[in-house]
Parts: sequence; C-alpha cells; structure tokens
Amino acid sequence: MRGLLTVPTPQGERTTFDPDAGWRLHPQVAVRPEPFGALLYHFGTRKLSFLKNRTMLTVVQSLLDHPDARTACRAAGVDDGRQRPYLHALGVLAESNMLVPKQSWEAVR
Amino acid sequence: MTAVVPGLIEQFEQGLGAPICLTWELTYACNLACVHCLSSSGKRDPRELSTRACKDIIDELERMQVFYVNIGGGEPTVRPDFWELVDYATAHHVGVKFSTNGVRITPEVARRLAASDYVDVQISLDGATAEVNDAVRGYGSYAMAIRACENLADAGFTNVKISVVATRHNVDQLDEFAVLAGRYGATLRITRLRPSGRGADVWDDLHPTAEQQVALYRWLVANGEQVLTGDSFFHLSGLGEPGALAGLNMCGAGRVVCLIDPVGDVYACPFAIHDRFHAGNVLSDGGFDHVWKNSPLFRELRGPQSAGACGSCGHYDGCRGGCMAAKFFTGLPIDGPDPECVQGHGAPTPAAERHKPRPAGDHSHGCRKSGPVPLTLTKRPPQRLCTESPV
Repeated sequence: MRGLLTVPTPQGERTTFDPDAGWRLHPQVAVRPEPFGALLYHFGTRKLSFLKNRTMLTVVQSLLDHPDARTACRAAGVDDGRQRPYLHALGVLAESNMLVPKQSWEAVR
Repeated sequence: MTAVVPGLIEQFEQGLGAPICLTWELTYACNLACVHCLSSSGKRDPRELSTRACKDIIDELERMQVFYVNIGGGEPTVRPDFWELVDYATAHHVGVKFSTNGVRITPEVARRLAASDYVDVQISLDGATAEVNDAVRGYGSYAMAIRACENLADAGFTNVKISVVATRHNVDQLDEFAVLAGRYGATLRITRLRPSGRGADVWDDLHPTAEQQVALYRWLVANGEQVLTGDSFFHLSGLGEPGALAGLNMCGAGRVVCLIDPVGDVYACPFAIHDRFHAGNVLSDGGFDHVWKNSPLFRELRGPQSAGACGSCGHYDGCRGGCMAAKFFTGLPIDGPDPECVQGHGAPTPAAERHKPRPAGDHSHGCRKSGPVPLTLTKRPPQRLCTESPV
C-alpha cells in the first residue's frame, strides 16, 4: 500500500476500527518522530511501524485529546474530504493493536 | 517487519537520528569456539566496559529512543552483571533481545525470564541435528541449546527464537528446524553466514551453494513473516518479485543499525569489525549519540553510494549490490556485486587471487598474539658456560 504508513500483517485478535469512536495509542507503544514522519514500536508485540508523514504523526499523537478519530484529523488540518487515507491508516494501526479504543482503557483504569 | 515501500527505503538510506535498533556485543568471552564466529570470540578483553559504562550507554539509548538492543558476544550471559544490565535496560525503556548458546539458561533463569515482558531470547543453533550443529558450534552445543529450549518451555516462556545461521550443511534441514521450533513453541530466525571474524576462514566451505541459495530464497518467501531473518537476505532479492522477501531489504549499516563492541568501539554493523568500518568509541569520542550523528564513516555511508559494476544490472534496485561486509572480507570491491550475487557476478577473479582483509581482533581461545614471544628466564646463573648454548 502506498499510503501513510506501513505496518506488519496483524496477528491475533482483530479490532474493528470505527472513526466515530475515540482511540488512543496502546500504552506500550513508543513514538519516535523522524523527518519523514515517525517510527512506532510496540513493546508488547515487538512490532515496528512507520508513519509516513508529519500530519499523520500529529493525528496519532492527539487522538487522546479528541472525542473521535475524525475530529482528531480535522484538528490536524485534514478536511473531511481528504480524510480517507488517514482513517485507513488509523484502521491498520488499530488492527495491529497499535491503537486501542479509548473507553476500553479508561474502563480498566 | 513488513515489506517497506521504496520512498521509505530511500529515507532510511540517508540515515536516522538514532538507530532503530543496534547490536551490542557485551563480551568477547565465550564458552564455545564456533568456527564461524563473527566476532572471533573466546577470551574476555581486559578493556571491556564496566557496569557503570554500560549503564551510561543504556541511559543514552533511552534518551535517543532506541527501541531495543540485540545483545550478543561472545556469550553475553557469562558476564557477572548480565542480568543487572538486562533489568536496567528494560527499566529504562530499552527492550532487550539477547543471543545465547544456552549455557546459563537454567530452570531458575528460565523462570525469571518468563516473568519479564520485555526480554526476547534467541538460542543459537546451526544444525537441526547434533551432528550438523556440533560440527560448527562444538561438541555438546546441540544438547546445551536444546536443554535451554526445554527449560524455557517448561517455565512458560513463550516465543523463544531459535536462531540459525544458514550454511551449506543445514539449509537442507529448514523443514526439520521448523518442526524443532514447533516443539518448543519457538519462532525460527534464519540469518545469513558472513565471512566475518573466524567466519572468514570457513566461508568458502560453509556458505550455501548457488542452488541452495535459490532453495533457501523460495523457502523464506513461502514462509513469509512466520520466519524472522534479521532482514539479512536482501542480496537474494533478485531471485523473485520485488518485495517478495519479507523485511527491510537494504543494508542498514551506519544508517539504521550499528554495533557497539565490548570495549565500546562502534562499527557500522556486527559483521564489519575492521578499522575500515570503525566509527569511533563511546568512551573516547564523546558518547554514542555523538559517534552515531557525527562520525565521518557514518556520514559517508548515509551519502549517495556508487553502484559501481552493478550499475547496469536490472536487479540493482532489489539487492542494492548486497552486503558490504561480505564483499569486503572476501576481497571484493565495495561498489560491486556481492560474493553470493544471484546473477553469478560475484566471482570475477578466483577467490585465491583476491586480497582478503583480516578482521580487526582475534579473541579466540589459544590464539597467538603478535608481538614479543615471552621467554622463561632463569634467575640462577649457568653452572657452566656451555650449559647455555648460544646456538
């Protein structure tokens, strides 16, 4: 995929990504900004991913501050009409457990 | 790791602000004497980094956000402070993957490892049978590795890695390795034999034949991400479609990976322990971060590279000319084909006629160091002049 990130083929449980729901980075994921975007490393699954531009990085880092993924995209300057590749990329991150639903983590805390 | 789009490969070739991961050989001491040891290990170097110096490096890696280190040696677990350093690294957000021949993986250690979420264990095994393994790694090493796998499995440690260096004698055992790994719930990791360290002496006899390379490539493609490779087979990319081989298919030396050796010397990669690929020292050159960012060697490696004799080859985009260390230690030009080039361009001159650089250090057991030969001097004067013959 020539999209906004590359991630490994997801394994294990699959998460359905709902862009109208709230999401956050998995607490075991580290984000390292790079000139091209960012590197993501999941200490639990030992998987490495790449965010392929800085806007995507802003979206991912600000997910927690917004009620849902679409709002996070808008806040990062991505209009509704241009959101498709971003939401797709977020969906792939959710599938590989890099992102988790916000409520599920708030509930266990 | 997944196949990565070309745009990102070009970014990586220009280097990152910090390595994605790095190899850290903690000691040259080893209980074994594998014939292909990439670091010519055996005896401890008296200048090896202190516990404090190691912790300082970990602090620096944490600041640089290096996600994990591949700890090796030598046999790293024979360092008395090994577990202390593992705990220190994981407590400082630096994940640890360590390679071992299994010598210290007792049931007790296995239970301790099973309790940690951030440590990966790679057990080295170079034959699916004791006969094939022990010929390379030494008598009893197969049993030792298997015992370690059993101890880890019994302790509930999941997903141990069984790490295999592909040789002429074991590439026909790949399916047997898979069965063996399955027995312990392990993941197979297959990597390329390099002519580095003592490997330089055995490479001609041990590296897989051209036919075996093809079979190996097909096996790796068929098994995809089920098998780890350390992304070490990019020189075989030309055997199939681009991206067919899982992983980051490029040379990461000095760009996204590097090596820190037991005395703090930084090299471009673990297979390149030679002055030509020496970037600096963490103690004497201002710390690891400084060496990583500013070493002239690393800057050179991140600049445009000449394709040399490979420039006209249609496969260059796939293999990028292959492995720098493999070329260097077999006496081939760096800007030319890999000695295992799938097009057969790697052997323009007979191997015997090439000048092969020697690895930087030899820590082998029983190796003879150059320099003055120590003489036993007797304090008693000779009883008669002719007792001490001058001839």
